[in-house]
Amino acid sequence: MRYWAIIKIAFRALRRNKMRTILTMLGIIIGVGAVIAMVALGRAAKTQIQQRIAALGQNVVVVFSGSINRNGVFTGFGGAGTLTVEDALAIQNEVPNIAAVSPEVRTSAQIMAGENNWSTSITGESVDYLPIIRQWDLADGDTFTEADVRAAAKVCVLGKTTADKLFPDGGAVGQIIRIKNVPVKVLGVLTPKGVSMIGQDQDDTVIVPYTTGMKRFAGVTMLRTINVSVTSSDRVADVIDGMTQLLRQRHRIQAGRDDDFIIRNPQEYFATQNAATDTMTALLAGVATISLIVGGIGIMNIMLVSVTERTREIGIRMAVGARGRDILLQFLIEAVTLSSIGGILGILSGIGGAKMLTLIKQWPTQVSANSIILAFLFSAAVGIFFGFYPARKASRLDPIDALRYE
Amino acid sequence: MKPIIKLEDIHKTYQTGEVEVRAVRGVSLEIHQGEFVALMGASGSGKSTMMNILGCLDRPTRGKYFLDDIDVSQLNRDELADIRNQKIGFVFQGFNLLSRTSALENVELPMLYTRQRLNGESLRERAMQALETVGLGDRAGHSPNQLSGGQQQRVAIARALANRPALLLADEPTGNLDTRTSVEIMGVFQKLNEQGITIVMVTHELDVAQYTKRMIVMRDGRVVSDTPVARRLNAEDELRKVQQEQQAAQLAG
Repeated sequence: MRYWAIIKIAFRALRRNKMRTILTMLGIIIGVGAVIAMVALGRAAKTQIQQRIAALGQNVVVVFSGSINRNGVFTGFGGAGTLTVEDALAIQNEVPNIAAVSPEVRTSAQIMAGENNWSTSITGESVDYLPIIRQWDLADGDTFTEADVRAAAKVCVLGKTTADKLFPDGGAVGQIIRIKNVPVKVLGVLTPKGVSMIGQDQDDTVIVPYTTGMKRFAGVTMLRTINVSVTSSDRVADVIDGMTQLLRQRHRIQAGRDDDFIIRNPQEYFATQNAATDTMTALLAGVATISLIVGGIGIMNIMLVSVTERTREIGIRMAVGARGRDILLQFLIEAVTLSSIGGILGILSGIGGAKMLTLIKQWPTQVSANSIILAFLFSAAVGIFFGFYPARKASRLDPIDALRYE
Repeated sequence: MKPIIKLEDIHKTYQTGEVEVRAVRGVSLEIHQGEFVALMGASGSGKSTMMNILGCLDRPTRGKYFLDDIDVSQLNRDELADIRNQKIGFVFQGFNLLSRTSALENVELPMLYTRQRLNGESLRERAMQALETVGLGDRAGHSPNQLSGGQQQRVAIARALANRPALLLADEPTGNLDTRTSVEIMGVFQKLNEQGITIVMVTHELDVAQYTKRMIVMRDGRVVSDTPVARRLNAEDELRKVQQEQQAAQLAG
């Protein structure tokens, strides 16, 4: 039998019982819609976390100067001042698989620019910090050079927030600002990076060469932290091992004694957050899938009713020469048509639902093409799965009994 | 002339619970091309079972059935479906048309299940032809509930003719119709028979059987008489008589 003829028959049968068809479809519509909306919600959450990870920089590992024990008194992290610029250089030169190293010092100060003033943090970094470690682009102007670092030059790069506060009318590049009464030339302004994971405005900052930071502003000889960028994510563990060995050796720490530094891999924080989001998404999608299965049972139920109601029709078709397979196909296609149309409407309502969530609740959502294709195929599969039993039942009817059925 | 139907010692036994029902007990007969046969008998005589076997809806328990030189007694479900599609046209007492489906589409139905592919156009054309044969060319778009009983039975006959079968099998085709419509339908059958179509009709009404050429009577699963119809009625003449009677009744009333 020709397929178009079967599909025509299926559509006619579905049109005949409009209310029933719509109610049966509703089960699939709700199921598919829920899957699409829930997955959209989960994906958006995941994307947000991934954006935050990306904002950290490329495979960044941070070495903090650690706690040391002086006669039973422990100092806190960063308080010991155990890291030196030489440590940073040694890491760069001796540990393999490192893309960039930036010794970091930090202080805060009141900054003045003409009439305006603003209190913010001053961070000293290496040349590689912005382009490689943070992958942070300039909106305007330029960053400092190796020569600036060597000379501890009085130059800086402003974060967007700081630039806006000091120069509300723009034109920060080339201006002189005063940090702790030292005149500093603004070389560039950074692109905005937004709020960090701990809620800090990352754009409220001034970046200077670490040498400048140490000598002119912080007045320290030791480093607070060393930022390290690893060449690829699967080398992070090796690099951490390598740095630990190197620093223990350089700091002459005997076996069995605690490290006087801490190495942190910020990605780790997000790994747990990511896992939690994955679990949540799986849970929501699971609940939605259950409703889709319930919808499928609805289809099966209605198809069984339909087969019984149309026993005589089946008998007639068999009498004029329909094989069992023709009847099977007819009812199967009817079930799949039912579930596929439900699936398409469900996809539309899922997209609409996701948009509504964003609009009303301000929850970010992200509908993916994958989940749409998957949902459609799944709803068609539901039709085949739950339509098969009723269709087979129809195809196995005895033509004599079916013709006699009242 | 070669036999369209050749039955050799056909038996059919049903198992209903503990009881064994021997519905057909050894029927042998031949029906040739161009015959018009009435298969008669009271209820329980086995004529309905014979009808199912002749129509390839059921298989005999024992015996051989050759339809158009094909031994159909041992075919499986699918093969029987194909035989029904190709060789047999059914006309039922209850019309058995698909409701809410146009007359034309009802007639197209057997062609949808034909193994050789027909394109939509020639399918439509053949269905139209069949409808014109039964005088319903102008009602092609009507659905069964818009048609009278007689018209519905004509659609059913057109459907039976759609695949140009070797055999037209009618089961009490006038059972649900009034006298006048019955005569009209018998007229359609007679006309088709004149065109060379072989017809087997199951009925329990003697006056309907009078329109056929040969009468086979069954009792208790056996053929008890097989005779040519002596005083064959002509549907056209009878229809005129019925009309005159009706006019007379109207005048008298």
